[in-house]
Amino acid sequence: MIALLTALAGGLGAAARFVLDTLVARHNRLSVPLGTALVNVTSCFLLGLLTGLVLSRPGLGDAGTVLGVGFLGGYSTFSTASVEGVRLLCQRRLAQAAAHTGGMLVLGLAAALLGVALGAG
Amino acid sequence: MAVSRPPAGRSSLPRLAALVALGGTLGTAARAQLEAALPAQAGGWPWTTFLINVVGSLLLGVLLESLLRGGDDIGWRRAVRVGCGTGLLGGFTTYSTFVLEVERLLQGGHAAVGVLYAVVSVVAGLVAAGVGVAVAAARSRSREPRRAGA
Repeated sequence: MIALLTALAGGLGAAARFVLDTLVARHNRLSVPLGTALVNVTSCFLLGLLTGLVLSRPGLGDAGTVLGVGFLGGYSTFSTASVEGVRLLCQRRLAQAAAHTGGMLVLGLAAALLGVALGAG
Repeated sequence: MAVSRPPAGRSSLPRLAALVALGGTLGTAARAQLEAALPAQAGGWPWTTFLINVVGSLLLGVLLESLLRGGDDIGWRRAVRVGCGTGLLGGFTTYSTFVLEVERLLQGGHAAVGVLYAVVSVVAGLVAAGVGVAVAAARSRSREPRRAGA
């Protein structure tokens, strides 16, 4: 049951990512894709928050799996970030590729740390 | 018969989102099963997430480059890109779990492993996606002369 709910939550998360990315792409005037970065940084914050909450309230285990592994795992994506980075590199846009890849990692980690601190507090 | 369909407008967004949800459900199920069967050891290299993300990046590189070189992003091509790429492979790979694993390693006193895991994952993901794109490009080029000469 938990496995099924986790998978379905992942589907919802992926659809939320698609819709958000489509909306961001429609309004983004910059030459660097921002949708995946926004999705991934917010997912890191929310998974940090959830991790902090589960650490301080162990009874949330199953809900944590459905929301964390399922929804937030499906909402965030690693493969799209990699392909976007490679496309920037192929266009010889090294600064944008570095900002896209490194910025996502640093901001994601900072968001996760903030989330864990807030969730555990 | 319509030669080409116009680009998807706002009205097709719900239909495409449903395809993403279907693919994302399958991708998440596969990832969750692998993570449950092979969980990361505390303080150790999170191999399961690492391999999921690198393999997913390789496959997405192959898929997107093949579709791009095959024709316009309309009709079945768009459905496959969105369902298998954005949904299946997007849902199979995960950025949030990856970053939280880095955070757990850093907070757990395994700073060196954490930093290495973060950097090696991102670089390996880029290399894998690049290899995928190159493989699809080479395959597409090797087909073109035959088609032109036919």
